[in-house]
Amino acid sequence: MRGRVIRLALLLLLGALGGCAGTGEERDPRDPYEGFNRGVYRFNDEFDSWVATPVAKVYKKVLHQEIRSRVGNFFANVQDLFIGVNNLLQGKPADAVNDWARFAFNSTFGLLGIHDVASEWGLEKHNEDFGQTFGRWGAPSGPYLVLPFLGSSTVRDGVGTGFDYYFAPLGEVRPIELRNTLYGLYLVNTRADLLDASRILEEAALDRYVFQRDAFLQRRRSLIYDGNAPREKLE
Amino acid sequence: MKRIVAAFILFCGLVAPAFAQEAPDALVKTVTLEVVDLITKDKEIKSGNRAKLIQVIEAKVLPHFNFTAMTALAMGQNWAKANPEQKKLLTEHFKTLLVRTYASALAAYSEQKFDFRPLRAKPNDTDVTVNVRVIQPGAQPVTIDYSMEKTANGWKVYDVMVGGVSLVANYRTEFGNTVRNSGIDGLIKDLQTKNKSLEKGAKK
Repeated sequence: MRGRVIRLALLLLLGALGGCAGTGEERDPRDPYEGFNRGVYRFNDEFDSWVATPVAKVYKKVLHQEIRSRVGNFFANVQDLFIGVNNLLQGKPADAVNDWARFAFNSTFGLLGIHDVASEWGLEKHNEDFGQTFGRWGAPSGPYLVLPFLGSSTVRDGVGTGFDYYFAPLGEVRPIELRNTLYGLYLVNTRADLLDASRILEEAALDRYVFQRDAFLQRRRSLIYDGNAPREKLE
Repeated sequence: MKRIVAAFILFCGLVAPAFAQEAPDALVKTVTLEVVDLITKDKEIKSGNRAKLIQVIEAKVLPHFNFTAMTALAMGQNWAKANPEQKKLLTEHFKTLLVRTYASALAAYSEQKFDFRPLRAKPNDTDVTVNVRVIQPGAQPVTIDYSMEKTANGWKVYDVMVGGVSLVANYRTEFGNTVRNSGIDGLIKDLQTKNKSLEKGAKK
């Protein structure tokens, strides 16, 4: 059964890619594979509108905001462990200690992380991942990439995402069925959180692909500098 | 005639400073809190009356934005190639689009807590960034940075950065692509079509 689903997904993906070979558009230097990326983007978009969004909408309708926010907190807490590791790798030991203290407090007093008590106590949540760490170390982002299912990325951030998944504590959960259920819950909860944002994006953009790409690249740059990126001069 | 001019100058001298003197960070705080208060109390807006929300934004927020500057920045080099009539139309349609987007964002996130950061600027600076953070449980706060410029009529916003993403910069590539493919009039038409389709969607 699973094999068949994967094969079907690949087939759909190839179909989407076939429809986009060689566009005459002038290329953006940051996005040399625009034709390919737009194909994957279209595939993701189809998957999103036929599967992910409907599921997320039902999920949002069934579960109260309060519960969804607890679910979000649970996953956010697990991630704090490696957010700390990345802060350490980026030479910010104080931030790393902050992240691990968050994990310790939230896992215990916050009942396995479902309550974010650490934030209330002034320990701020950070946003770090391996892609940002590589960026801090000076790795250039490389060309923009749209990954199947995962969406916007770059060569550097794609490798980073691989590391993120490899080290993710959730991956260690056994039995496998429980692990997969948690993964599924994480994905659906995340998508439900983004329903508002994706609607706003749809409203704001003339060309969603370009708008999303530029926002992603700006956002990543800002994250690498922890929000203090040198301002790019607009003339 | 001379007397009228003199009176006018005197009037401006008395009135303008009252507007200009409000510090940019204080201005952002007052306006944000006022608007959030208005929309959380208004039952019609809460139940999804988009037209009324847009009215509130137009009355309270728009006077503090410099849309001509925003449009010029988003257009980049193409701005100089546009004639006055095109500039007027571009600004008007871009404004409509931004207001609509802003309304959607406000409607979605107005329940959050705000943290107004103290301004880091010298007293005689004429170009500052005002930082606001939206606090949300279980996630890193979202930063909203308003780039503001001092003008004769008080401080005006010319760019908004959300989570490090500059709104003006984000429209640059889109605008550039459209102008290259179908000219400035093509962009005006695209913006118009976009706004019309959003209006239709909102009425449903």
